[in-house]
Amino acid sequence: MKKEEIEECHSEHIHDKKLTAVELPVGDIVEAGTAVSFHTGSWRSQRPVWNKEKCINCLVCWISCPDSCIKIIPDEKKVSVIDGIDYEHCKGCGICARECPPKIKAIAMEQEKK
Amino acid sequence: MIKTIYSKGKIVAKTGNEVMAEAMRQIEPDVVAAYPITPATEIVQIFSQFVADGVVKSEYVAVESEHSAMSATIAASAAGARAMTGTSSQGLSLMWEMLYIASGLRLPIVMAEVNRALSAPVNIHGDQSDTMGARDAGWIQIYSENSQEAYDNMIQAVKIAEKAKLPALVTTDGFIISHCMEVVETYPDADVKVFVGEYKPDRYLLDIKKPYTLGAIDLQDYYFEHRYQIAKAMIDAKSIILDVARDFEKTFGREYDLYEKYMLDDAEIAIVVIGSAAGTTKVVVKELREKGIKAGLLKIRVYRPFPSQQIVEDLKHVKAVAVLDRADSCSGAFNPVYSDVAASLYSAGLTSPKIINYVYGLGGREINTEHISGVYEKLKRIASGIEKPSNQVEYINARIK
Amino acid sequence: MAEKMIEVRWHGRGGQGAKTAALLFAEAVLTTGKYIQAFPEYGPERMGAPVRSFNRVSEEPITIHSDIINPEYVIILDPSLIDSVPVTDGVDRVGKVIVNTSFSALDVAQKLGIFASQVYVVNASKIAVETIGSDIPNTPMLGALVKVIGTLDINGVLEDTKVKLTAKFRHKPEVIEGNLASIKRAFDEVTN
Repeated sequence: MKKEEIEECHSEHIHDKKLTAVELPVGDIVEAGTAVSFHTGSWRSQRPVWNKEKCINCLVCWISCPDSCIKIIPDEKKVSVIDGIDYEHCKGCGICARECPPKIKAIAMEQEKK
Repeated sequence: MIKTIYSKGKIVAKTGNEVMAEAMRQIEPDVVAAYPITPATEIVQIFSQFVADGVVKSEYVAVESEHSAMSATIAASAAGARAMTGTSSQGLSLMWEMLYIASGLRLPIVMAEVNRALSAPVNIHGDQSDTMGARDAGWIQIYSENSQEAYDNMIQAVKIAEKAKLPALVTTDGFIISHCMEVVETYPDADVKVFVGEYKPDRYLLDIKKPYTLGAIDLQDYYFEHRYQIAKAMIDAKSIILDVARDFEKTFGREYDLYEKYMLDDAEIAIVVIGSAAGTTKVVVKELREKGIKAGLLKIRVYRPFPSQQIVEDLKHVKAVAVLDRADSCSGAFNPVYSDVAASLYSAGLTSPKIINYVYGLGGREINTEHISGVYEKLKRIASGIEKPSNQVEYINARIK
Repeated sequence: MAEKMIEVRWHGRGGQGAKTAALLFAEAVLTTGKYIQAFPEYGPERMGAPVRSFNRVSEEPITIHSDIINPEYVIILDPSLIDSVPVTDGVDRVGKVIVNTSFSALDVAQKLGIFASQVYVVNASKIAVETIGSDIPNTPMLGALVKVIGTLDINGVLEDTKVKLTAKFRHKPEVIEGNLASIKRAFDEVTN
């Protein structure tokens, strides 16, 4: 399923129009990737701030994040490198900052300004 | 020699359990997960031997309880496998919460079930308390009068379940059929395999190209619609069951319907019953007919979905009907089959036939032609107006006083 | 006009093969083109407990599924059951009782309280020991029953039993031969 299709499907699911028994897929099926539509970043109290200069791209934060909020991209050698943080979905749990190697400390938690 | 109905059929002597295992061998599901319980043990025991001997390629999962048996079957079915299991009585009870999950997830699991009484007191013999209790679990329920029907029903159930996207159970009466050797016509493996066909689920969890979530939480906003889908699927299952029956008849020559009418079309008095007691009732109906008494029988084969409208059409001309339940609801009122039949008649706006309810055969208690003749005697008196129908449940062959 | 249905009751003790005898009998009779039923009665499952099993034989399909109350033939695998179980229950004046015993039909009839003409005896235990090598009287009694019923073909029964036993005991040909010999001997030796 393409990303747009998933988003379209879930925008129906979570917004105004409720599906009828006829429209609803049978058997308690929910399409994959629905978390894309849930903007959980709004209730974050602390935000991780990534320092590109300090980062050694060990990817420990990426593998540790429970919400897949560490964004990665391939570099010129097609090796995955960190590209920032998805604040739409990051809930500010702080695991990335905690797991970042102590000698590097490339992620710092800062108070969210509301 | 006894003639076969299907040109390539074979006449054999087998017990109900043996033919259910035989049907499973021919269906050759991808996965069977089961736990043994009397009187259904032989079904999965024989099948596990087929697996051990390499006769079938099925995966057999030996589990530690029936709850796990149903869980493993659900998981296998959700993953995309054709999955089957077998159980009875306490085993079905232990599966309880998983039964609703199988239907809720719309998984076409097929179960070989042998009807047996529920404890306490401990009893291993036949009655229908176990599956009657599961009548609201969203499973298609197909009952068999004898071993031939058990075999044929198992083969049809696979197609029915997969088309209706509902789990289905096929039953026999414990010991009376499960352990009774009878004449059965079996069909060649290849022909059964062609009839059953390959299972091609629309969606399945191991299809990594089309990932989805199965079994998520539904709150006030969606649960109702999902449950309605199951109720609707049951309504739609009636025509699916009839379609499969027509295909079956076209292929193998044996006729099946939602229920069987036996000398019912011109009957003035009739019994409605499920399972092996129907065979014994046929003997009585024949005897009564020879004496010129217009007796008939309606044997329910498919109890879920309940063939409500159809039954009304076939019972409305009868003067007095007795519905025989092999389970007691302990409702303080009436019992499952009676309630369904009576509700169907009443909702059609009928004031006749007069209708009475009996409980019989609990814990394997004998029901014979004399008992059934007694019921027809009573129906005769009610039909002719000599006696008023009782508004209370009556009991056959039980010392209640 | 169809023949009347034949109903048979077997009495034995757990381990003597009453259930197996009923199943073998049914399968053998099926090969003669008749409809059959064979069903055991399930109770306490232990060696030595009194057990019963049943057969129905008919020219027509059998739809009845109730107990057999008035058997036309009763087979008693263990004569000690005569003292402890009502073996003649439901046996009317034309019913026939076949007993595995060394006593005469007259002696057994007196003990059972029925007519001597109704009683058939055969020393099936002796036959079993001499042919099979152990006291398992169920297969010889099969031969005795076929003889007493009179309308069944013993050769058909022997052939079918051979097929069944071959499937089960293909590594023990002496068991197959012994059982077949026991059926034949009891068929010849059962007396009234």
